[in-house]
Amino acid sequence: MELKDIIKEENCVFKKTQLLNDKPLSYCPGCGHGVVHRILMEVLEELGIDEQTIGIAPVGCAVMAYEFMEIDMQEAAHGRAPALATGIKRVYPNKYVFTYQGDGDLAAIGTAETMHCCNRGENILIIFINNGIYGMTGGQMAPTTLEGAKTSTCPYGRDTSTMGFPLRITELIAQLPAVRYVTRQSVHTPAAVRKAKAAIKKAFEYQAEGKQGTCFIEFCTNCNSGWKLSPVQANKWMEENTFKYYVPGDIKDNFKLLKNPVIE
Amino acid sequence: MSELRLMKGNEALAEAAIRAGVDAYYGYPITPQSEVMEYLMKANPIASTGMVVLQAESEVASINMVYGAAGAGKMAMTSSSSPGVSLMQEGISYIAGAELPCVVVNVVRGGPGLGTIQPSQADYFQTVKGGGHGDYKLITLAPASVQEMADFMKLAFDLAFKYRNPAMILSDGAIGQMMEKVELFDPIPRRTDEEVAQQCPWATTGRKRGTQKRVITSLRLVASVQEEFNIKLQKKYQEIQEKEVRAELINCEDAEYVIVAYGSSARTSMKTVEMARKDGLKVGLLRPQTLWPFPSKQIENLIEKGAKGFLSVEMSAGQMIEDIRLAVNGKAEAAHYGRMGGVIASPADIYQALKMYVKQWNSKI
Amino acid sequence: MAKVKGAVVVDENKCKGCGLCVEACNFDVLQLSQKVNLKGYNPAFMFNPDNCTGCTNCATVCPDAVITVYRVKVNN
Repeated sequence: MELKDIIKEENCVFKKTQLLNDKPLSYCPGCGHGVVHRILMEVLEELGIDEQTIGIAPVGCAVMAYEFMEIDMQEAAHGRAPALATGIKRVYPNKYVFTYQGDGDLAAIGTAETMHCCNRGENILIIFINNGIYGMTGGQMAPTTLEGAKTSTCPYGRDTSTMGFPLRITELIAQLPAVRYVTRQSVHTPAAVRKAKAAIKKAFEYQAEGKQGTCFIEFCTNCNSGWKLSPVQANKWMEENTFKYYVPGDIKDNFKLLKNPVIE
Repeated sequence: MSELRLMKGNEALAEAAIRAGVDAYYGYPITPQSEVMEYLMKANPIASTGMVVLQAESEVASINMVYGAAGAGKMAMTSSSSPGVSLMQEGISYIAGAELPCVVVNVVRGGPGLGTIQPSQADYFQTVKGGGHGDYKLITLAPASVQEMADFMKLAFDLAFKYRNPAMILSDGAIGQMMEKVELFDPIPRRTDEEVAQQCPWATTGRKRGTQKRVITSLRLVASVQEEFNIKLQKKYQEIQEKEVRAELINCEDAEYVIVAYGSSARTSMKTVEMARKDGLKVGLLRPQTLWPFPSKQIENLIEKGAKGFLSVEMSAGQMIEDIRLAVNGKAEAAHYGRMGGVIASPADIYQALKMYVKQWNSKI
Repeated sequence: MAKVKGAVVVDENKCKGCGLCVEACNFDVLQLSQKVNLKGYNPAFMFNPDNCTGCTNCATVCPDAVITVYRVKVNN
């Protein structure tokens, strides 16, 4: 069998979703943002809810998310996305609303907005991209930067005695009674990507029920540029370091906390 | 049914919001305007008109909730007082930069800093000269009575949607707290989602496949694009300046001296005008109802008709006086009389100051 | 049992040569090319096309959605 016999339209088993347009993504080679963008758009397309969805982009590397996603979107000020989401969801309770935020956006400047949106149990999905660094502004320390990790504003390594400990905000959020579904995922292997996509699908299925209850998905991704590693090396580093502290897996489902090594 | 009621300024504002068909109020308590949200919560309009009333965790969150709802085409508002409005400046800049309509109410109190809960007018600069970053303007209405607290609610939204720009109702602690009779306008039903989508084709309501998506943003990274956008904004502001000035002129037909005052200062200055006229002094009152756009033309006209001196009366160290001087442009005298810290001058205090300046100005001749 | 034969097409000028697909492929199909695309990257390509089963692992991990996957059943 020759290649030209295989490469035919009727044999196609995977192609880019229509909801990601043809603009080349502005992210660094190997950045997890690209994968999360894609699986998010795939879920919206497969569930057929894209026409009823409004997304909110952050300030951070994904500030341009609305350039690539073919859905109605709003640009929030740094950290304020959950407030915008609340503002929209309250006046359009039947639309699907999600925020897409980085670690500075969600866990530094936006901590209050994140906490209170979740505490009210706004029926939205918060997507939290945790790569332990501020990529867009050139690689500074984030609240989630690991102890000892070097960034441009902790060049000798994060010193917990002066800089505090890496913030496991996801575990904090899970404690709030109005939060419905909390999970930590990654997109560094095919298996992880498939699990991550299933998590996103679950979150939107919950949102469709129209009940109070926030869904919160943290994606541990690499920032190979900021970490100064190749994409493959960065993923390996993440497996050996990040996952020991930010443990992947479901933390809460349907309002019930699950057994979790950190919370316990 | 239009209704006659005795109400507090803050309450009249809240009732007017419900009647104007506002879709959402997002706010945070702060004296002297907490009655706005308290009234709304008690009235529970979600049950009658479907209006959302939500207490946010901060003024930062409030203005951003307004931003989100506004981006989706809904009539959204918030209210606060000076320190809280400072927190909203980022959000206001974003709303202006994204060309969205909304209404922000500032019931001004004494400052700077935590200040006092007494009324003041020291947020004039913050409101009409910026406050938030960038080249934008806030359509600013200055109510001077409980009636105007109600009427300006509707006017503010009309202007905001007409020009796709945030609008500010700049009140003060006295007007917010005082009780007067007010004739409330007939309720207007909230727009349906279809009407919203029609009136606001730019709003994010969900993109139909095969159509162009809507993006609400103020980010324009390419300098030439950003400049083009700013030019567009400036043209818009030019149009507003030409078409939307509102001001009240009292006893100005033959006035040689004109007091310029808004809000509570206008109320006390009215009495001063009466006192002056009794003494034979030809004094009038120019009461701006829009602070931006500023009634510069009215000032020019008054000078043409013979006005020789303008006295700005403000509860501040003198902010509006700068715009008066700009409008006067050296063709007449201008001076400021103001009390700060929440002290309200009496009509006699103002008259004293006026007489002093009149003497000063005449001795120059 | 029917076998499957797969093939992938990489959008060469959008590929950023990140290498994640090479790592994800269980059958050593992909490698980064020696040639350089318009952006200056070495795009991925099928070095061992015969090994491809169309499992979609490469496309699944691709951050830039540049891979399209084809698969066909082959009856012996």
